[in-house]
Amino acid sequence: MTDWLPIKQIAEQVNTGKITAMSLVEKSLSLLNKHADYKAIIVAIEDRARERAEAIDKQVSAGESAGRLAGVPFIAKDNFLTFGSETTAASNILRGFHAPYQASAIERLEAEGAICVAKANLDAFAHGSSTENSDFFTTLNPHDKDRVPGGSSGGSAASVALGMAPFALGTDTGGSIRLPASFCGVVGYKPTYGLVSRSGVVAMGSSLDVIGPLTRTVEDAAIVFDVMAAKDELDATTIDRDELDYSSFSSSSLQGKKVAVIKEYVGEGLDDDVRAAVEQTVTRLKTAGAEVSEISLPSLPLALAVYYIICPAEVSSNLSRYDGQRYGFSSTDAATVDESYEFTREQGFGAEAKRRIMLGTYVLSSGYYDAYYRKAQTVRTKIINEFLAAFADYDILVGPTSATPAFKIGENSHDPLKMYLTDIMTVAVNIAGLPAISVPSGARSSLPIGVQFIAAQTHDRDLLAFAHAYEELSS
Amino acid sequence: MSKLTRDDVLKLARLSRLRLTDEEVVQFTEEFNDILGYIEQLDQVNTDGLMPTSQVTGLKNVTRPDVEREYQAQPSALLANAPATQDGMFKVKRVL
Repeated sequence: MTDWLPIKQIAEQVNTGKITAMSLVEKSLSLLNKHADYKAIIVAIEDRARERAEAIDKQVSAGESAGRLAGVPFIAKDNFLTFGSETTAASNILRGFHAPYQASAIERLEAEGAICVAKANLDAFAHGSSTENSDFFTTLNPHDKDRVPGGSSGGSAASVALGMAPFALGTDTGGSIRLPASFCGVVGYKPTYGLVSRSGVVAMGSSLDVIGPLTRTVEDAAIVFDVMAAKDELDATTIDRDELDYSSFSSSSLQGKKVAVIKEYVGEGLDDDVRAAVEQTVTRLKTAGAEVSEISLPSLPLALAVYYIICPAEVSSNLSRYDGQRYGFSSTDAATVDESYEFTREQGFGAEAKRRIMLGTYVLSSGYYDAYYRKAQTVRTKIINEFLAAFADYDILVGPTSATPAFKIGENSHDPLKMYLTDIMTVAVNIAGLPAISVPSGARSSLPIGVQFIAAQTHDRDLLAFAHAYEELSS
Repeated sequence: MSKLTRDDVLKLARLSRLRLTDEEVVQFTEEFNDILGYIEQLDQVNTDGLMPTSQVTGLKNVTRPDVEREYQAQPSALLANAPATQDGMFKVKRVL
């Protein structure tokens, strides 16, 4: 479907003058147009992208290196603050907002020569699993236009699957990179919590949110991640990264790797084709010399209930800033400042944002805090402990990314709880802050299926090397 | 745990600075009771002896020197997004 070279080679060709950054930007912009009917993109950043391409090409003609990502076009989920376009998080309340600064992740990518060409659609404020909660429009799955691309980074995943750019950025609070990656047949990588700064990214659940890449290959994901990973004084939750390049895989052998399939993720209710995909993955891993067994993590099925307490609680806090006084949409009907807050939020927020704000307000309210929020944070500890015990014995845990391939547009949107259950295989990883990656593995006719590999906290290099080796087996 | 009533939802809306239509109140009341019914499975979980986790990588009290510094965002760009400004300040509707 796509004809982009590996990111490393693109940058090499730009730096050696074999191709121009401008030609790459033009190619990407024309592909955005060509596939506009999939509605993956909210807005193209044409002028700024061309200006940056020109500057990079000049740098190269002057004999300088333009960086590790020289001229590589990319697409950012529209909850990343960027110059050159509005940043809306696909919400009406942020319509018209021009970011006064850029996200740290975007700054780091630009410093290595990458060029942001467009902003991708998402569920408004990243609340959702299908992009159907976007206040603007629903993105269509590149493999079947009647189906969702997954969410919330659905526009990002679809844009990479459609070949609009070599990589896209997403955010993952409960599975929002991995789920759409699996539905669209691309690689989606959620790093360890804290390795990439969230400064300048619209906050959702701050104890859960991470930034990561969606790409066609694991190596591309590792390169993009390596450029982004850094401690940042603008995000106090960032942690020290490895000194080594995350994309220099020390070993690509699966020989002797200790792998366990998570029993709770392959139980009843799993789609037959997804089960077959996991079984095929296990067979491939064994053939390559990995030791594969099964492990039970009995508290994992509780992760979704924990998530739907912690996440709305943090959402209710993070979304309190949208009050129509300093930026974004502001209702003109109000006579007093109190009315201005209420009218702005009533008219500017969609149903899912309102749902999460009120649920979060409820679980944090006096008299209910211990029963809900404190209880959820304590069960969180129980889940973390089970993962810690598992990683004492195993290098990698395996499971499906989703219980089914992409579902139909409208299939789950009438029932919020049913939509929430879509994330049942992905949220535990966020609850524990672990790194995880979804890689394409199998399909149901034209619909891709993703398998998820999970590693212990900060073992991102091992996880990427493992997924890279697995990808080599299956290609 | 007790079920949420229509009045509870109206109170939550008020606390959240949201206004709801009558249809929204009915819809949210039903949906919240569904969702709370699901998350209340945590009541049955034994967590004796466990402490709550709020920060997964174990960071504590991250501080930095309290000094002025250059920042990417310029005051003019910050004010340009505001619905109303006056003399370099955000202008809001009357408070009383």
